[in-house]
Amino acid sequence: MSILNRKVFRELARMRGQVIAITLVMACGIMLYVSSRHTYISLLQSQESYYALYRFADVFAGVKRAPASTAEEIARIPGVSRVRTRIVMDVNLDVPGLDEPATGRLVSMPERRRPVLNDVAIQAGRYPAIGRPDEVIISEAFAEANGLTPGDRIGAVINGRQKALHVVGIGLSPEYVYEVQGTGSIFPDNLRFGVIWMARDALGAAFDMEGGFNDLSAALSSEASERDVIDRMDLVLEPYGSTGAYGRDSQISHRFLMDEIIGLSVSSNFTPAVFLGIAALLLHIVFSRMVRAQRDQIAIMKAFGYRNLTIGWHYLKFAFLAVSGGTLLGIVGGFLIGRPLTALYQDYYRFPDLVYALNFEVITLAALISVSAAFLGTLHALRSAMALPPAEAMRPDAPAHFRPLAMERLGVHRMLSPVWRMIFRNMERKPVKTVLSAFGIAMAVAILVMGRFTFDSIEYLIDYQFRTVQREDAAVVFAGPRPARARFELAHLPGVVRSEPYRAVPVRLRSGHRMKQTAINGLDPAGELRQLIDRDGRILPMPPEGIVLTRTLADLLAVREGDMVAVEVLEGSRMRGRLPVSLLVDELIGISAYMDNRALNRFLGEGTTISGAYLSVDPLQAEALYRTLKETPAVAGVAVREAVIKGFEDSIAESTSATTFTLTVFACIIACGMVYNGARIALAERNREMASLRVLGFTEREISVVLLGEQAIVTLMAIPIGFLIGWGLCYLAVDATAQELYRMPLVITGKTYGFAFLVVSAAAVVSAYLVHRQLRHLDMIGVLKIQE
Amino acid sequence: MAAEQAGPVYRANNDAAVQAAPVFRARNISKVYRMGEVDVSALRGVDLDLYAGELAVFLGASGSGKSTLLNILGGLDVPSGGQVFYREREMTGADESERTGFRRKSVGFVFQFYNLIPSLTALENVELVTEIAEHPMPAEDALQLVGLEPRMHHFPAQMSGGEQQRVAIARAIAKRPEVLLCDEPTGALDYATGKRVLEVIETVNSTLGTTTAVITHNVAIADMADRVIRLRSGEIFEVYANPVKKRPDELSW
Repeated sequence: MSILNRKVFRELARMRGQVIAITLVMACGIMLYVSSRHTYISLLQSQESYYALYRFADVFAGVKRAPASTAEEIARIPGVSRVRTRIVMDVNLDVPGLDEPATGRLVSMPERRRPVLNDVAIQAGRYPAIGRPDEVIISEAFAEANGLTPGDRIGAVINGRQKALHVVGIGLSPEYVYEVQGTGSIFPDNLRFGVIWMARDALGAAFDMEGGFNDLSAALSSEASERDVIDRMDLVLEPYGSTGAYGRDSQISHRFLMDEIIGLSVSSNFTPAVFLGIAALLLHIVFSRMVRAQRDQIAIMKAFGYRNLTIGWHYLKFAFLAVSGGTLLGIVGGFLIGRPLTALYQDYYRFPDLVYALNFEVITLAALISVSAAFLGTLHALRSAMALPPAEAMRPDAPAHFRPLAMERLGVHRMLSPVWRMIFRNMERKPVKTVLSAFGIAMAVAILVMGRFTFDSIEYLIDYQFRTVQREDAAVVFAGPRPARARFELAHLPGVVRSEPYRAVPVRLRSGHRMKQTAINGLDPAGELRQLIDRDGRILPMPPEGIVLTRTLADLLAVREGDMVAVEVLEGSRMRGRLPVSLLVDELIGISAYMDNRALNRFLGEGTTISGAYLSVDPLQAEALYRTLKETPAVAGVAVREAVIKGFEDSIAESTSATTFTLTVFACIIACGMVYNGARIALAERNREMASLRVLGFTEREISVVLLGEQAIVTLMAIPIGFLIGWGLCYLAVDATAQELYRMPLVITGKTYGFAFLVVSAAAVVSAYLVHRQLRHLDMIGVLKIQE
Repeated sequence: MAAEQAGPVYRANNDAAVQAAPVFRARNISKVYRMGEVDVSALRGVDLDLYAGELAVFLGASGSGKSTLLNILGGLDVPSGGQVFYREREMTGADESERTGFRRKSVGFVFQFYNLIPSLTALENVELVTEIAEHPMPAEDALQLVGLEPRMHHFPAQMSGGEQQRVAIARAIAKRPEVLLCDEPTGALDYATGKRVLEVIETVNSTLGTTTAVITHNVAIADMADRVIRLRSGEIFEVYANPVKKRPDELSW
């Protein structure tokens, strides 16, 4: 080994504390990058192969009832390559062991062959046998949540009649990677919602759909224009009560999965970049100091004829070696933690086969990133080492130059003891270093804030959406529009404290070339269970005329209060008309539209008709009430609020706490790394000063104050800056994940700020203690003998 | 004037000094350093008394053990063997915190390389010590004593070497120490500046009566001493009272 290389290894061993700090920060960044990148690729590839293998459709449409011949008409539309018609019905289920009503989505399957589109991946059991209309396949998430296995039986209310279904298989479908009911509940409630695949003949007979269908999906050829196909399909399907064809981007499971994948792609680049920036910052601080301390050595090497490049390369090797351990640790660790991280997604996104494989591109990129971080971090030190003229380097470094600075001009120094003046002047003299150190610690604070923010935001979202906007205990959906007197039947059920009817109608809203498919919810203006709320949290009265839009929907349509929107009703009369936007409200979930229910009835040209009711329920009688509702044929579904909230919390809590824990650990590492390194370097640079103070009779504790006081001030300065940066990161995160389905509110509680403060302060105290211990080994005599 | 506030003034005179009880009493002290894998004996059985108010000059070449001796007397270092008494107290068994307290209360140090705190002004460097001392003189008075009052708001980087050394002396005496230990105080200074610094040391010794020990390899400086102690290879080989004590401005080398 060459002498210079030996120097590298020995000196790295000597500065192992700092090397460990760099290694850990580097490892965190690379680990985050490698794991989240692998998760991203895994989800993307799993999705692609799943969609291809199980033939996920491109366009979807629901109708009231269409004859089988319509399918041929659709197949003739240019660009349509395959068509599948089905019967799809939501029914009430009686699941053993479950008190509340569950909703089953019955989906028809051909009896003798596999479906041409949206095939089912059998995970356990078998396909239903021919001629056994009671045999069904149930979705995996629903089966797992309810502990159902092949051989079990569940009850279903099919067209008013109680039927027993025999579970023979457990399945998955690309249509329900994210398994939710759709309108109203967009968060999985696997206990109370499941997909049930059963033979077409059995379903057809039960719902009078023999020779017809109510659901259609189509695959497009590669050159087809989705928009054109949808327009033509709508023309064909309009007479059959179509609710409007839509593409994959409006298909709820696909939409959620894509949002997740895109979000992951953004965060898999964003968060690691923060860590690597910090690693580069640490390298910069450590190596600038190293080159300064080795001026004389550099001079001697140059005097002996070493070239500038050789010396530059010598120091670059330090940097590469210092990051290599962290990189290796990060790559291996990242790949290993990526697998359980990916498996975590498996809880809400169901794939028959989750591909997880080592991706060499990611690993190469990770290595490249760390090399660049090392290079960037040491650039300044390298340049100063190479630029140093040998004669100048032989002379000692220019003495620390202090001049009266801001503090003296302001006269603040008179209020401080000499020890604190030393501390402040040191910080003032090296503003760049002070700012960089503060920035590094601030980033640790910011990462902590960002990690905990998700909890705050979700808590607020749930509270806002489910306790302020939607105040009902349960929402009942009728199988179809009913006359208004149905509400009184509901109101008389035991346990119902209050019932407020609503009229919901599926529509397409248009403004110019912009179009959005949603539902108009006609509310009772005297009602209390649903509230219109603006962004300041004020409760607004329902305007007697016109349509109320959520702000997100208004933005998507580019309309404001007072503008007109074109309304295309996708049910019954299928009428078209125009409505003025009378009010904008703020909601965090969905893209809803509201009207006064009487105005909506008038607009639709119908009498007082309702689609369901919001109920306020006596908790003591809730169980019995839900059971009664489950057995009522006219009731298509019941959404129980607490169940929806619980489903939401359960699904989000697990992944959130995993991320928060990881980020907390990483932020601690950063905070420790920054404070420890800062203090170590301060100790090395001011060794002589510390020793002089000890000689003058200062105690260890007193000189600790001089040394660590600076770190304490930097940390205290960094914390509010970190709060600001953290707020900014959350703002970016909220902006990047703003979705039609739900929007994370930018809410950060004092608890989160307090948590970040405590964690970073604790990390700083631990690092300070480690450095404080080193003060014991201060060589008082040696340091006085040599000139600086 | 500072001298009036400086408490009891001992008139340093050869006879009186020799008869008074010693401030320091060192008996058979030795010091062995471990340099890598070799043991180096810096002191080999040194006996020494330092008397109140005297100005002692320790003469010796580099490596003779004079700095080690001074460091041990000042509580910066501990001997490997032997005993050191400061007045009635045995220092040899003192632990680190007792030695810190001793340095804080009783000893003033001056070093070859000044060891000022670069981030503090001249005045503040002195105040650094007056703040932790029990009965200090005002920092301004200490600076006046070394003739640096007009420069007291300057930072070390704004002063010459001689001025910095004078600040170091002001800092050492501001606490009214009983002993002033100077290790090569002129070693880094030119001729004229060196003499100016010696004058200040002489002033401190004569006006405040502070027991003063000056370490040097410069033989000429011995002429300003009350007593001269010569060291060689870790041993004292000669101690003599200076017959004709010169003023620093009369010295030349």
